Amino acid sequence: MENQIKGQSGPWETVIGMEVHAQVPSAAKLFSGASAAFGAEPNAHVSYIDAGMPGMLPVLNQACVDAAIKTGLGLNAAINRRSVFARKNYFYPDLPQGYQISQFDQPIVGKGAVTIDLPDGTTRRIGITRLHLEQDAGKSLHDQHPTKSYVDLNRCGVALMEIVSEPDMRSAEEAVAYLAKLRMIVRYLGTCDGNMEEGSMRADVNISVRRPGDPLGTRAEVKNVNSVKAVGQAIAYEARRQVEAIEAGGQVVQETRLWDPNKGVTRSMRGKEEAHDYRYFPDPDLLPLELTEARIEAIRAGLPELPDAKKVRFMGMGLSAYDAGVLVAEAERAAYFEAVLVGHGDAKLAANWVLNELLGFLNKDGKDIAQSPVEPGDLASLLGLMADGTISGKIAKDVFEEMYKTGAAPGDIVEAKGLKQVADAGAIGALVDGVLAAHTDKVAEYKAGKDRLFGFFVGQVMKASGGKAAPGAVNALLRERLR
Amino acid sequence: MTDLTDLTIAGALEGLERGDFTAVELARAYLDAMAARRDLNAYITEVPDVALEQAAASDTRRKKGTAGPLEGIPLAVKDMFCTRGLRTTAASRILGDFTPPYESTVTQKLLDAGAVFLGKTNQDEFAMGSSNTTSAFGPAVNPWSRETPLTPGGSSGGSAAAVAARLALGATGTDTGGSIRQPAAFTGIVGVKPTYGRCSRWGIVAFASSLDQAGPFARTVEDAALLLQVMSGHDPKDSTSADRPVPDFPADLRECVKGLRVGVPRQYRVDGMPAEIDALWERGAQWLRDAGAHVVEVSLPHTHYALPVYYIINPAEASSNLARYDGMRYGARVEGADLLETYCRTRGQGFGAEVKRRILVGTYVLSSGYYDAYYAKAQKVRRLILNDFAKAFEACDVLLTPTTPGPAFAIGEKEDDPVTMYLNDVFTVTANLAGLPGVSVPAGLSAGGLPLGLQVIGRAWDEATMLRVARALETAAGFTLPRF
Repeated sequence: MENQIKGQSGPWETVIGMEVHAQVPSAAKLFSGASAAFGAEPNAHVSYIDAGMPGMLPVLNQACVDAAIKTGLGLNAAINRRSVFARKNYFYPDLPQGYQISQFDQPIVGKGAVTIDLPDGTTRRIGITRLHLEQDAGKSLHDQHPTKSYVDLNRCGVALMEIVSEPDMRSAEEAVAYLAKLRMIVRYLGTCDGNMEEGSMRADVNISVRRPGDPLGTRAEVKNVNSVKAVGQAIAYEARRQVEAIEAGGQVVQETRLWDPNKGVTRSMRGKEEAHDYRYFPDPDLLPLELTEARIEAIRAGLPELPDAKKVRFMGMGLSAYDAGVLVAEAERAAYFEAVLVGHGDAKLAANWVLNELLGFLNKDGKDIAQSPVEPGDLASLLGLMADGTISGKIAKDVFEEMYKTGAAPGDIVEAKGLKQVADAGAIGALVDGVLAAHTDKVAEYKAGKDRLFGFFVGQVMKASGGKAAPGAVNALLRERLR
Repeated sequence: MTDLTDLTIAGALEGLERGDFTAVELARAYLDAMAARRDLNAYITEVPDVALEQAAASDTRRKKGTAGPLEGIPLAVKDMFCTRGLRTTAASRILGDFTPPYESTVTQKLLDAGAVFLGKTNQDEFAMGSSNTTSAFGPAVNPWSRETPLTPGGSSGGSAAAVAARLALGATGTDTGGSIRQPAAFTGIVGVKPTYGRCSRWGIVAFASSLDQAGPFARTVEDAALLLQVMSGHDPKDSTSADRPVPDFPADLRECVKGLRVGVPRQYRVDGMPAEIDALWERGAQWLRDAGAHVVEVSLPHTHYALPVYYIINPAEASSNLARYDGMRYGARVEGADLLETYCRTRGQGFGAEVKRRILVGTYVLSSGYYDAYYAKAQKVRRLILNDFAKAFEACDVLLTPTTPGPAFAIGEKEDDPVTMYLNDVFTVTANLAGLPGVSVPAGLSAGGLPLGLQVIGRAWDEATMLRVARALETAAGFTLPRF
């Protein structure tokens, strides 16, 4: 069991559950008409509702409801026909209403599951407890003034989906894979952009340790885990901390802890922030949310193919599990690959070129596939030129580099640079004769039995052709002349 | 010319249309009356300049032939309604000089219909009270007072006092547990609480959202119907407002009550109810019998639990609704050394005792460990009360009850024990809990010469039948509002 932590007193198992907040990319906020766009001047996107003005009332944004249903379906989860919005009451200046509208005991989405892919090629099923819709809070800025704090309400009221997992993960690796899978699914669905840097996807991680086979231990909730990497680090640190605490004769306190990415530690948030009794109750300003079967089915019918299904389909085309997995990891990447296939049907060849050549160049430049200077149709044309013998595989790589730099079409590059493969027996024959004449000593050695010199002759002929000679023709003519 | 303030809304509309007087003259008559009776403390904010400007614009519209249904009618607006550019206080210090940059849906509808606003009326702080004594601006006074100042009731005490004393032709109120009907009964006028969802709550300072409903005060049932007609209607900005057609309330008043079944709920005969209230109730039933209606006894078995349920749900919602008054964005702020102290000082000094009491009770009943015992159970009982009404309405078309257990009392009376004050709502809270429409009609005088009201409760969305019955009672009672 490589997932276990070795303590002084024996092995420990880490148990992890996650609460992920995923921001819905809707134009307007969850309960107001103000823009939900990121990055505006402070307090530019604030309606009277968001500012908690007297007499203002929330009106549910149905686009956000659709996003939650869609995500629920993508998580193979039960969609609740009736759900209820509840108020979570607490005081803070970036929460103008004095309560957050959330969902409590009747969320819009119930139990589901996702399959995570682990680096060793195995998969595991992680249960989803629920998904609910809620408002985001505003932002408090404590560093703008020596004694005052400023409040920016642009984010206040933006729609979030809180996706809660079962405590089904047993290692940092699994937690990272879960988060990656969740991100992949919401990005496929278009229900969250998954951007952890901008905070549109945030994770709170619940961590506990126990002796293998024992009941669940006391958990700590770690907040402020703002990257996939931080999830791994925070879990490793926190699990080790808990094991050491217990082995030192202490115990784990159920509490909220904050991940400090600079120091690489979690620290307790105990104190007034922790002492909340949120006094949840159904929001009397909103009617229960009733969903019709027809609405759910219409959304189901419009669901895109999700990564798991796509991976299986790609494997059916002859791709390895690994290659298929890398292709489906990003929706745009898979879409690019499929666009190449439209122009050139050899899936394995197309996958090789997308994964090795294109991604290689893009990674080097720190670009993602949406920014590729090479259009999928052009890559397909290049593969076609290779397949019909117009150019060799080696030349193709040069052409590709040129395509990547200039965005030019492969046919134009081949034409302009005269890179067409030479397959004419007369022209190649003359080159072969020239090479053999120049290396009479090597010819003698070859004939004396030094077979591996054949490659040398091929190389010389290719060189003399400027790489354009068709390798098949060169091989055939050399064999004939050396017989 | 008779005193313009003697007219009804219907009469004033006719006079304006005939050109007997202008909207400006009508507004001036009311502004003069207001100035003469400042002792009633009916208004928190008078806006004579705004009123005259609106009246002049109204006269222009009438000349152009684009008169609205309430063209030129001077009204008072309870200070719970946010009014663009006019200070809105909810009778609380915590709102300071808050001047909304928006107009509530209901008051906008009234303005669009041509109404003229005279000012914002006094009320209990955040509408929490039954005597107008919790107002940060001092109590409003009942114009029926003789030696001892009497309460006009609450929470909409200022609106009721203003309409009764002819300091406005009509007024808006809000009714969460009886805050329109009880003051109407105490001042001898008509007050309507519509079906929950009939009038938009958008722009009205929220007190207890699942119970709050706006409604009109007027001196006649017909006038109340004219106001209600304009105030009603679906508002997409209020998710609890109903997308249903609004009947023609004034036109429906012409129908008679013959053949209607009037239910008298036996559980409303509460212990210690004065004999004169009982007698008034019986008289009301007899009037309706005389008009051709059938009076039947019905049962509302969970009535006994209505007040306790109300005083759990109401503070629970209020405690949350009032959290936004934190001094951060608008209203009064009292600075402290840190955030917590600023919160405590702002809210400690900004809210009055009754508001604090409700916030404490509401916070308690929602807190973990007590939620199931109080709030969740109250919601269950609320459902039973709703079922009681549904069952009763199988046997009748409207219910007839007294509006209050007694007439107006002296200001300062019943202040020692909040529960005594809460008992004022005993006949009215049930309609709020069940979301039903209710109207109070002046039906007679107490032994002490003070007005008493009868309440008609209608089926949900059937204000029309309810108002028809109220009109029949009004006719039979022949109640006349004296000049004060």
